[in-house]
Parts: sequence; C-alpha cells; structure tokens
Amino acid sequence: MAPGRTGGRRDITRFTVRVNRTEMSTDSPAERPLLEVLREDFGLTGTKYGCGEGQCRACTVLIDGRPEPSCLTPVSSAAGASVTTIEGLASDGDLTQVQRAFLEADAAQCGYCTAGMIVEATALLRRNPKPTRSEILDSMNPHLCRCCGYPNILRAVEMAARPEGDDA
Amino acid sequence: MPEGFRDDLFEPDRKELGEGPVYRFALDRREWVAAMGAGLLVTAAGEVALSAGAAVAEIPPSTRLHLGEDGSITVLTGKVEVGQGSRTEIAQAAAEELCVAPEDLRVILADTSVTPNDGSTAGSRTTPSTVPVVRRACAAARELLLRTAADSWDLDPTKLRVDAGSVAHADERVSYAHLARSSRLTSTGDDAVPRRVPLTKVGDWKVLGRSALKVRSREIVTGAHRYPSDIVRPDMLYGCVLRPPSYGAELMSVDLAPATRLDAVAVRDGEFVGFAAKTSHEARNAMKACSETARWQSGPHPSSEELGTLLKARAQTSGGGRRGPRRRESGDVTAALARGTNLAHSYEIPYVQHAPMEPRAAVAEWDDSRLTVWTGTQRPFGVRDHLAEAFRLRPEAVRVIVPDTGGGFGGKHTGEVAIEAARLAKAAGKPVSLRWTRAEEFVWAYFRPAAAFEVRAALNGTRIVAWDFTAYNPGTAAIETPYAIPHVRTQYFPCDAPLREGSYRGIGATGNNFAREVFMDELAAAAGVDPLEFRLENLADERMKAVLRAAADRFGWPGTESFGPGLGTGIAAGFEKGSYIAICAEVRTTGGRVEVERLVSAFECGAILNPRNVQAQVEGCVIQGLGAALTEEIRFEGGRLLNGSFSRYRVPRFQDVPPMETVLLDRTDIDSAGAGETPIIAVAPALANAVFAATGERQRSLPLRLPRA
Repeated sequence: MAPGRTGGRRDITRFTVRVNRTEMSTDSPAERPLLEVLREDFGLTGTKYGCGEGQCRACTVLIDGRPEPSCLTPVSSAAGASVTTIEGLASDGDLTQVQRAFLEADAAQCGYCTAGMIVEATALLRRNPKPTRSEILDSMNPHLCRCCGYPNILRAVEMAARPEGDDA
Repeated sequence: MPEGFRDDLFEPDRKELGEGPVYRFALDRREWVAAMGAGLLVTAAGEVALSAGAAVAEIPPSTRLHLGEDGSITVLTGKVEVGQGSRTEIAQAAAEELCVAPEDLRVILADTSVTPNDGSTAGSRTTPSTVPVVRRACAAARELLLRTAADSWDLDPTKLRVDAGSVAHADERVSYAHLARSSRLTSTGDDAVPRRVPLTKVGDWKVLGRSALKVRSREIVTGAHRYPSDIVRPDMLYGCVLRPPSYGAELMSVDLAPATRLDAVAVRDGEFVGFAAKTSHEARNAMKACSETARWQSGPHPSSEELGTLLKARAQTSGGGRRGPRRRESGDVTAALARGTNLAHSYEIPYVQHAPMEPRAAVAEWDDSRLTVWTGTQRPFGVRDHLAEAFRLRPEAVRVIVPDTGGGFGGKHTGEVAIEAARLAKAAGKPVSLRWTRAEEFVWAYFRPAAAFEVRAALNGTRIVAWDFTAYNPGTAAIETPYAIPHVRTQYFPCDAPLREGSYRGIGATGNNFAREVFMDELAAAAGVDPLEFRLENLADERMKAVLRAAADRFGWPGTESFGPGLGTGIAAGFEKGSYIAICAEVRTTGGRVEVERLVSAFECGAILNPRNVQAQVEGCVIQGLGAALTEEIRFEGGRLLNGSFSRYRVPRFQDVPPMETVLLDRTDIDSAGAGETPIIAVAPALANAVFAATGERQRSLPLRLPRA
C-alpha cells in the first residue's frame, strides 16, 4: 500500500480522521468513499452500505457533528475531521437516550437501517432537543426502511425527545 | 368453498423460484464436523429422540435442543432471521415449554453444519410449522428432566413443578444443568424420551402471547451485530463481478491483464468474470479497467410497455408439473354464466423489486476442499446444495451460515452471491467478501412476477352465482376465491417471462387478490350494493367476515361524512397462508396524485404469539404494500432497467405513511399462523376501490394512476 509502489496506485495518500475520539489513518486514493474506509480499513462495520447514491442514508455518520451520507463522502474531505459512527455513540457500554429509545420502541425489524436512523436522530436532537413531529419527519424522511417499520422508528425518536412523556 | 381449497393453504406458490445453481465449477470433497459442549441433546427427526451424555462431541444434524452441563440452553433451527422476528419467536416458544425466560436461552439459526434443516424461511411457515416443532422438543426435554428429578427423589413426577430453569419439590430444587450431568439421564436410551408430551395450553402461557422485545436489539442499536455484509475473515479480500450490459448479453471476449497489472485477482470461468482485491475500491478499479476491453453480444428484449399482451401471448397452456398451468372447476361455470347478469374485466400488475436494505452479500472461505460461506439467504440448505453442485462437492463439505440478515421479503431465496464469492475465494486462495451493489440488486436479483388477469362473473341479484378467474403468471397463492360461489373456475397459466421471477411477500396472492377484490367492488357497484355488504353477503367464512367487520367498525365505514370532491373510501379483504386481512382506506385525488388520508387494517392469524411483533409486521407489510400500490413498477427496455435505483424506483418513506390504525383479532382457539405476508394483499385493492369512489373511474392496473384530466 506504499505510495507510488505501482503505476496504478500513484495517487495513494495518507489520510487521518478522528473516528469515535480516536485518531485513525489510512493510505488511500482520495476519492475512496469514507464508508469503505470505515468498514474495510478501520473495521467499523456498524455503518451500512445501502445504495451508494445518498438515497437511503443507511450509511449516515456524523462529520463534525453533521449527519452526512458516508457513501458520498470522499475520504479526502473527511481528513482532519471528527467522525462519529454508530459504534461511537454509547460510552463504556452505556447506551445513549436515542439508542435506549430504539430498544424500548422495538424500532428495528431487520435493523439494517437502524444505525443510520439513530445517527440522524442523534444529530437532530442535539441541534433541536424538542422537535415537533413534522421536524422529526423532515429530518428522518431521507432514510429508507424497507421493512417499513416507520411507525416504531418515529415512536422511538419521539420517545428520545420526550423521555419523561408517554409514548402513546 | 371450491374443492381443493384446503390443499392450497400451504401449497408452495408455483412462482417460487425453481432455478438450479447459477454456475457450476469443478472441485473435490471432504467431511465436516462440528462440536459443542457436553450436555443433553434432544434431536428432532420427525418425533423427538434423545442422544445424551458427556461423550457427545459431534452434533447430529437434527439437533433441536442442547442443555449444557454449564447450564446453557441452546435451541437450534434452520430458519433464518430477516427482520420478521423468527429469532425472538423461537426463543419465546422454547422458553414457554422449558419454563425459563427467553433471555435465558440462546437460539442458533441457519447453520447447515449445526442446525436441523427446517426448509426455506418462506410462506409464513415458521409460526405454524417450526414453532410447534421447537415446542414439542422443549416440552419433551422438560418432561424428561422432570422424570429424572422425580426418579432421583423417588417421588411421583406430578408432585413436582418446573420453573426458572429447575425442577422443584417443596424446598428442594435441582437445576437443568445439574440434571444434564446426571448419570441417570445420560444412561437412558432413546426409549426414555417422552413421546407426545402435551404442549402448554394457551391459557397457561407465560411467555407466548405476550410482547417480547426483539432478541439481539442491543447489538443492532450499537452497530455490533454483524450482518452477512459485515463478516470479516483473516486475510480477506473484497470482490466484485462483471455484469453484462443488458439482459441476455453474452460475453464474447475480455482481457483480464489490466486487473493483474493492478494487483487484483481476476477470474473468468464460463460466463463468470470476477475480481478480488485488498479493498472493494481496488477490486472495482480492476473491474472497470477490464470492462473496457469486454465485447458483448446482445439480442432483442421486450419492453415493460407491452407486458400485458406479452404475458398472454407467451402463456404456457399445455403441460403439467408443479410449475405448469393449473385448472380447477367446481360446478358448471359455463352454464351458470349463461344464466346470470355478466360482468368481465381485465387487470394487470407490473414487476416489482424487493429491494431489501442489505443487498445480497456473502463471505466465502476455503479450507482445502471444504467450503464455508456466510451469506444472507432464506434457503440455507438449498444454497448449500447449490454450492455443492456448482463446485462438485458433497453437501457435507459445504457449510452455509446465515447471520441475521438485512431484509428478505421473499427476495433472498437464491445463492448467486454465495457461489460468486466462493468462486472468487477459490481463485484468490483467500476468503472473499462479495457485496452486491444496489444497482446489481435491482437488475440481477429476481422480481415479483408481473401478471395479467381476466375475470368474469355472473350475478343473480346481490349473489355471485358464477366465477371465472384466469391468471397469467402471478403464481397460485390465493388464486381461489374465498367467497361462497356455487360455480367456480380458476385457471393459472405460467408465462415465458421476460425477467427472472421468484417469491415476494405474499407472492401470487398480491396479484390474485388485487384482481379479485377490485372486481368484487365492480360487482358490488353493478349490483347496486355497498361493497362491504356485498362481500358479507357472498361470504360463508366467518373469520373473513370478522376482519371485514372489525376494519369497517374502526374505520366507521363507509365514512360518508368525509366524501367530497376528490375524496373516496375503499375496502378490500383477503385470506392467505392461514391468516385474514381487511383494509379500509380513504384517499384524496385532488393533489394530482393518490394521497392516502387514512388507513385501517384488521388482521387475524389465530393465536397471537408476540403481539408487538405481529403489530409491527402488519404495519410494515401494509406500508410496503403502499409502495406496490402507488409507486413501485420496474420499467425496462432493450434489456436494461430504466429505473434500477432508489432515486428512480420510489419506495415508501416516512412521509408516505398515512394515519393508520391496526386492529389485531386474537383467536386463541385457533392455531397460530404467520403474519408477515398476508396483510400486503389487501392494500392495493382497497386503494384502487377508494380511487374509484373518489374519481368515478376504475383503475385496473398497478401502480394506481389517476385518470387523465
């Protein structure tokens, strides 16, 4: 993987990204999707591939706090940034409020979209701790769940936003 | 009811994909052995049998239950988890009979070297078939443990109780783990296994019938669960496969040298051309470099615009077999049609794609001539056999493991990706992970069949006296009418279809019930009767009447207060795979498209095992059905898909979910049936009927479109 080792790899560069509070580096072509770097180089498989065109948002991660589709983010543009994946939300085994709400609302069917949903909801509640239902819908709408478990996912986000209220 | 109706209940749909393996390669063979800790093994080959003892090092392929000497409880089934809740339901079933909590036991699913072959995970069969088998094995084990304890205490077994993983009497208590180590138990033979132990009665259920949270949810919300596409093996490479530019295109030549120059593994074996490299990015680059050198030859391929006429023209009208045409008649339909007021219409449904969130994925690893594949499939043993055939191995030399997978919906019955990954791994001499792209999943996975229908019926007043239903290509599920009609003829013709077809949620029932339930609405209008009343009048099946009434009551049918310009309500019902659905819907058509204002579903599947999951399955199934009713339609021309991506193939999103209510009827007096498929079959006809009510114009094809202004 050393730069310039073969003709086909002359564009290899070392990129350093702060992932889940840890500095991580990889030697990679600049255009390689962050999603693949996370999964293949850093072993963080919690972030999922769903479409490669930003249409399903299963691959959503936080980049400097903003939810972004990692499938459309070249690793070069994440260099030097702080990235949070689904694996970086819970600390010392303590689930976040959003994760607990997803558990309690039984918000996963196959669960493949769940990481992206949780990351998105986390970003939403950080910038808007008391979102209205329509604000939740606007934020979550880019995310696909093909099991169509939308009602329970919505309930989970609402529970996370109002942990003391009832979830009826 | 027409003759043969009950036989149809669980007959596999004739459109279930019946292909052989997509490739065949040459290889050799070897044996496979799997081991687990010592303990008590209960196997489940037909009836329950026992093989016990500390000497057990190899698990017979039919092992159903393992009670470890360490206190562990392991339940095994060949079923897979694709989001429908099988893992949780199996855990509940075993926990109920073993008198433990679901979280106190482990469920191993779909590992062909370890679990019993419970067939494919399809046709809503886990609940009616696998759950009882698991319960019987666990009940037998419980009874055996009880008798062993009674024996050691020299007490009558009826004096003992079983709870929380132990057998108790007065203040004495002995754990399952202790009993599993007992020499009394290990010295018994197969004859000692209790036969036909009664299962826990519904009224005594402590675990079943109550909502259980999804097993392994924690791994999902933390990102720790490894789906098939997340499996990583030492030294693993990432693969990709060169696909033809269009359906039917044949590869004339390709130069693989560019891939080799990029340090990628490249292999061509007949039609298969694949690449593997240290990253998927490198593998793709190698493929791109080679694809520029590929020469293809393609022929003509029809367009989706001509599907209806094409299917009828290509109908297979002769021949037989399980996949051939089928004709059933009770009474004298021709004579009865001649006597009543006739109505006849044609209907069509397009191809739709399952598009599960996780595209097909597999990791293959060779150890000499033994092959292990982790893959997401609904047919683990079928895929094992395909792998064995493709590589000329004995099935025992192939192990297929199915990690809980990211969606199926009937779309993952095949093992193409497993075979492709195995071929790449063989060429590379290293494990290979192959994940299909979304584009590959759209184009090269199989589709829910497109279909055409011709329906004719005769009315005598408000009663249907003759029914003549001809279906081209949908499959046979729910093809027989659930209505009580004296003269019924049902014909099914498979067609020489332009696209690869296979199972789907409800498969043939989606089209058959769409055509039937829209036609029922047309008959009701012709008879001048309310569509709900018309259905009830022509039904004998009380369970179907009950869901219709339940949906109508909750909805406030016919919802006349909301009628206005561009507003309408519709109703439809259906029966399939042992369960019943009725849906009432209100739509608005003034916004230039069909907007669902409100939707009420009533569903009944016998005794409910996990209410929360049944609710989620019904809701998800209904919402998925909104897609097939309103937006989903695969379009193709010249051998290429015109809309093979999520940006062009619109599936339901959060904002498409209408206000909806779900009424679950819990019939604890009826054996449990599955819940993940049947709800979808009433969605499209309910909406089509509502659109008619709103616009006065009948929509007879899917997806529903508004009449041109």
